[in-house]
Amino acid sequence: MFTPVILVPAVLNGLMTGAVYALIALGLTLIYGVLHIINFAHGALLTAAMFAAFFAHKLLGFDPYMAAIGLSPLFFLIGYGLQRYVIGPAAHGEDRNILLVTLGLAVVIENALLYAFRADTRTINLPYAFDVVEIGTAFIAVSRVIAFATVIAVALLLWILMRFTRTGKAIRAVAKEKLGAELSGIDVAHIYAVTFGIGTACLAIAACLLLPTYYVNPHAGNAFVLVAFTIVVLGGMGSVAGALLGGLFVGVVESLSGLYLGESLGQIGIFVMFILVLLFRPSGLFGARA
Amino acid sequence: MKGTSTILVVLALLALVPVLTTSNVVLNFLVTTLLIALVGQGWNLLGGYGGQYSFGHAAFFGTGAYVTAILQMRYGVNAWLGFVLAIAAGALVGAIIGAMSFRSGLRGSYFALVTLAFAEVLRIIASVAPITGAGVGTLIKLDLRPEAFQFQSRVPFYFIALALVAASLIIVRMIEDSRFGAYLVAVRENEDAARALGVDVNAVKLAAMTVSAAITAAAGGFYAQYFLFVDSGIAYGPWISVEALLAPIIGGVGTVFGPLLGALVVKTLGELAKLVTGDAPGLDLVIYGGVLVLVVAFAPRGIAGLIADARRLVRRFHDKATMERGNG
Repeated sequence: MFTPVILVPAVLNGLMTGAVYALIALGLTLIYGVLHIINFAHGALLTAAMFAAFFAHKLLGFDPYMAAIGLSPLFFLIGYGLQRYVIGPAAHGEDRNILLVTLGLAVVIENALLYAFRADTRTINLPYAFDVVEIGTAFIAVSRVIAFATVIAVALLLWILMRFTRTGKAIRAVAKEKLGAELSGIDVAHIYAVTFGIGTACLAIAACLLLPTYYVNPHAGNAFVLVAFTIVVLGGMGSVAGALLGGLFVGVVESLSGLYLGESLGQIGIFVMFILVLLFRPSGLFGARA
Repeated sequence: MKGTSTILVVLALLALVPVLTTSNVVLNFLVTTLLIALVGQGWNLLGGYGGQYSFGHAAFFGTGAYVTAILQMRYGVNAWLGFVLAIAAGALVGAIIGAMSFRSGLRGSYFALVTLAFAEVLRIIASVAPITGAGVGTLIKLDLRPEAFQFQSRVPFYFIALALVAASLIIVRMIEDSRFGAYLVAVRENEDAARALGVDVNAVKLAAMTVSAAITAAAGGFYAQYFLFVDSGIAYGPWISVEALLAPIIGGVGTVFGPLLGALVVKTLGELAKLVTGDAPGLDLVIYGGVLVLVVAFAPRGIAGLIADARRLVRRFHDKATMERGNG
């Protein structure tokens, strides 16, 4: 039961799944860290991105990994527009309103997809979907390895963006001290929208990484976002490193509990973990006490 | 008590409907509208007056529905008694979730998240636990006797729903006038200031959540008797959490009549959507979500706020007219 032959592949697989969780959580935590809002539309936007990747393959014949190159700027623009022209103006600067607006958007997006594509579950067939590579004694699906590598690359890219570019500096300034940033001539509404756009672009990449092995239907994104919420709370709201570590951790926990407890308990396990963390450690395991 | 006369007039008008028509379509529409108004009033007490936005009121609605159904079908409890116990069970669930969340100091987004998570946990448990009938759901046996809370015609159901809404209106109106109501609004406006002035913030929020959950559970219990069927998707589904906050926010958040007004608008829009598209799934919710965003953006005080603005305009116009007449 606990021999390395079983344990090692489970842990490796968990790390690979966890990487995609981490990417979804990264978008969520970035938006929270800068705008201080919980984006309840995150799941619906992920579903929309999965549909976009699906149809890019089905109608235009793009490989999902290639589609990511086109879809991430597209979703950046969608996210930018949503924050700049819908969420920002509609919220009148009130936190409670932001909650409602993002919830409203989630309901609209999810049900528009349901209306357009019905509840059918769709998958794509790729020639390399079942290819595996050997890592030590374990066989890991190629798609998972690609996903893991991509997430690491995206995280690095984001880190460079945040650390070394003017936009990154502005984002960090707004996150730390909004009023001060505004007084220094930073266009806060623009920076908010850019941040939201980056968060949404992360979703587009995540969707493209998921599609080769996962199905899409109008509710597909929800399961992931719940996990992402858990990760974000676990890692400390707004902490990028927390999101990455939390994502990998949850991926491994899920993989191991799936191995020893069975699949159906897995979902409840995540919810229970989520509630417990919210109740007893709302500032996160890695975050400072609020 | 100010506002009592308005409540009485509205209720009297609504009570006249069955005299004018006994059409099942009309009554069915009104019963479901009253049901949403009731759920919405529950949400309104906690969210509208107390400022604690719950995204998981399905937890209380579902508990009310399941307890009513299960007590009857598995334990042979009388339906009316089951209904009363269901309200108590809903209040208990509200008190437990409230005590845990408020003790941990969860507010704003965190409170919304944790309520959402609790509702989902209950939904998943209900979809696998044998006592709820798991995936099949629980069917209440047909027994068309008033003692069994079942009726041949929809008219008695209509009056019961109306009575429940009337009770909720009066409860909320009384709370509005009470010291407790003032504390609740103080917590909404500024929790830290309220605490500094000696308000026991957590106790106030907990009390509001318990009453809120009880009202919502009553709607759930009524739902079970009216449709005679409950499953996890209906009882604990996210749709009810969304409609619970939709009605008061569209009607006027933190006002006595907001949920009723909002429920009327929401249900009318839903029916119109069905007329246009047939029974295609999703479109009514697309409209609800869109209206939610539009109301928050352009009429944050809802229909009640629009009415108040219109009244003020008319009065100003009227005053101006009398003044000019006086001068001339």
